[in-house]
Amino acid sequence: MASMDDMPKSMSKSVTLKTGTANLGDSHIEHKAISRAIWRPRPKRRWLAGRIFFLLTLLSTLIGLISLIFLLESILGQGWDRVSWEFVSSFPSRIASRAGIKAALVGSLYLTGLVALIAIPLGVGAAVYLEEFAADTRLRRMIDVNIANLAGVPSIVYGMLGLMVFVRICAFGHSLLAGACTMSLLILPVIIVTAREALKTVPMGVRLAALGLGATRWQAVRAHVLPTAMPGILTGVILSLSRAVGETAPLLMIGALSYMAFVPESPMDDFTVLPIQIFNWSARPQDEFRVAAAAGIIVLLGVLLTVNACAIFARMRFQRKMQW
Amino acid sequence: MKKLLFACALFCILITLGIVLVLLSEAVLFFEEVPLLDFITGTIWAPMFEPKSFGVLPLVCGTFLITCGAAIIGLPSGLGVGLFLNDFAPNWLRSIIKPVLEILAGIPTVVYGYFALTVVTPLLQRMSPSVEVFNAASAAMVVGVMVLPMVASLCDDAIRAVPRSIKEAGYALGATKCEVALQVTVPSALSGIVASFILAISRAFGETMAVTLAAGSTPKLTLNPFESVQTLTAYIAQVSTGDTPQGSLEYKSIFAVGMLLLVVTLFFNMLAYYLVKRFRTVTE
Amino acid sequence: MVTGNTNMSGNGQRSFDPSPPYALEARDVNVSYGTSRAVLDVNLKIPEHTIVALIGPSGCGKSTLLRSFNRMNDFVRGAKVTGEILFRDSNIYDKAADPVLLRRQIGMVFQKPNPFPTSIRKNITWGPKINGYQGDYAALVETSLRRAALWDEVSGKLDESGLALSGGQQQRLCIARAIAMDPDVILMDEPCSALDPSSTLKIENLLLELKERFTIVIVTHNMQQARRVSDYTAFMYQGELVEFGPTDGVFETPQQELTRDYVSGRFG
Repeated sequence: MASMDDMPKSMSKSVTLKTGTANLGDSHIEHKAISRAIWRPRPKRRWLAGRIFFLLTLLSTLIGLISLIFLLESILGQGWDRVSWEFVSSFPSRIASRAGIKAALVGSLYLTGLVALIAIPLGVGAAVYLEEFAADTRLRRMIDVNIANLAGVPSIVYGMLGLMVFVRICAFGHSLLAGACTMSLLILPVIIVTAREALKTVPMGVRLAALGLGATRWQAVRAHVLPTAMPGILTGVILSLSRAVGETAPLLMIGALSYMAFVPESPMDDFTVLPIQIFNWSARPQDEFRVAAAAGIIVLLGVLLTVNACAIFARMRFQRKMQW
Repeated sequence: MKKLLFACALFCILITLGIVLVLLSEAVLFFEEVPLLDFITGTIWAPMFEPKSFGVLPLVCGTFLITCGAAIIGLPSGLGVGLFLNDFAPNWLRSIIKPVLEILAGIPTVVYGYFALTVVTPLLQRMSPSVEVFNAASAAMVVGVMVLPMVASLCDDAIRAVPRSIKEAGYALGATKCEVALQVTVPSALSGIVASFILAISRAFGETMAVTLAAGSTPKLTLNPFESVQTLTAYIAQVSTGDTPQGSLEYKSIFAVGMLLLVVTLFFNMLAYYLVKRFRTVTE
Repeated sequence: MVTGNTNMSGNGQRSFDPSPPYALEARDVNVSYGTSRAVLDVNLKIPEHTIVALIGPSGCGKSTLLRSFNRMNDFVRGAKVTGEILFRDSNIYDKAADPVLLRRQIGMVFQKPNPFPTSIRKNITWGPKINGYQGDYAALVETSLRRAALWDEVSGKLDESGLALSGGQQQRLCIARAIAMDPDVILMDEPCSALDPSSTLKIENLLLELKERFTIVIVTHNMQQARRVSDYTAFMYQGELVEFGPTDGVFETPQQELTRDYVSGRFG
């Protein structure tokens, strides 16, 4: 059995507060039990470990920052001179210097619009049901797990689904509609998850107040909960739409064209989108096409930036309205 | 109205069912012609040449190579960013780093592919001439950077959720910041951190565009990162961009490969899902 | 045990000087968070091997003062401390002072029990390990747990999680964890506020034993507790130290009207 006196007392007191001052605590030793156990705090070594730790985490952070700068710098450097009104307003061409992205740009905008029409009602609807109406049953838990899984399914697998269901079974062909449906499925989980998060932040009091006035559950949601959650939902929706703008693999699967000399006019028309065009140009060995790809990327990033700026703007507007 | 909303929610289950049914129906046809065992254990993937051979291991190997490379780059640095944000970054720096991460996360994958092919690969080639034009290393590097923001923001959340009181207990015992971070905070947030790692691995595993562009299309059993390889996803993309007739064995093979892809990512995602759930119950 | 000189100044204010040696000495300490000032010009001498209670209504700055004794305020963004706090004859806010070494010598027990989410044994050995304790760890664990009056309850399950213990046991584990570092001073921030009466009683008895070896500064909102355990009591109000003296004196013959009103339960 260890006795009380086993507690180390002597050496600990030689640990001094100020570096370089020796044994300030000597006077304390006398009235405390002395033991032979030793403390070796090694402050220098620990200080060094702390510095290394700091530098490593700093380095990790810099990896992200530097990659971004490097990426943007090299793309702007290669493609900036190629971006022009002519580039935006011409169709692709076999001659690299004449190739443009008109069809792809229009296709991307069309597709995003269609995806918004399909995915937003479905996604927000599902989120509202799961957050506001669903009881905590097995079915709901199943849907929860299911959504978490769907969010992790590789995008190309959605492409295979789209290829079979929309292109073949529904016979939409390689059309804009088939692309939009496929893309909607892809971003649906993201919309649901973010919309649910937004609904969760609405205080319970908002619902109770409405219900207390005799509103039905749906009336309460429609008139009070949804407007309160709107900024959050909107942000999530736009983030997922910007994912749809940049996604390539599923559209590659369903057979979006890589060479298109006309602008799609109806949802049943063939189409191409910016990322596909970029992919196609990047994959060619000629340098001129790679320059065109870089220019295409600049336009794509510009579109994404605009979409995100819209998100921020819309969110700010909504929030201001809420305050009034 | 409630029924309509319910239908929306149910739709998600339909998507899952759809995915499974579509993949299964074609994969079954494929496995009628190619035995499952040959598919899983075969070491030669040659769908275009006679005699056709459908041993998936070369594709798995390529995928593995790139996933590992991406994990080596993306996971530690993602965790590092999470720790930096929590322990060192003052508020103003945090408000710069967070948006940068969001921008990185929002860059389309095809852009990363372009970057790997036209910037990273030439850089690697300058360092060593034996590097092939298409190589696993450059693809792995950009996929690593691609998953970094996701790991960083999930780790940041997990680390932030560690109760302040536990960290304070560490400091009050005379621990340095580094000791508290590595020996108190990280173990407490471990399941959240591991979940973020698994999600990142799953994402790297299913990534298509960057690897299709940068890693090439040569199915090969190799662990040399400077050679051209082909991943599961790149094979699917390759077949779908070619003119493979519907109903051919080659066409059916992409569904078998897709099935494999789905099973593996599903496994990773379920694992991460339950880890996160457990983590929530621990911290609350 | 309770010794010192009381000096009556002209305006009737009583300043009290306990006999040296002092474990901690605060000189003109001010603590502010941004623009709000939490502690104002506090002068306080804490004698060795005593229990000093800091009492006062919530928000009076007693916890803030306590946390400035081991520089835990360093982790609060915007917190600023001026003045001097002497520990072993040097100012802990000196530029050359190392807060990590300081905290190793001044232990702390928090309001809510906060054991690490790991085994009981590791809860105790972690601090000594990182600070380079070279002795026998099994003995250290036993001694610390015995001193915290927890050994008999947990000796058979040292490798079980500390979180599986009851609230009172968790708090004693936290005390054992602090003791294992063999500090000079233990700071306690309302250590019983989250506990039931019987656990509270156990911890109070424990404190009386611990003061043989350690100096204890305890913040409490419970005046009876301050009376039961402390040798000296400091009453704070709105950031200022209103009265400091031997506990009996402060409670029975308070010199300030504010103190009298507070200890008699008229506010707070």
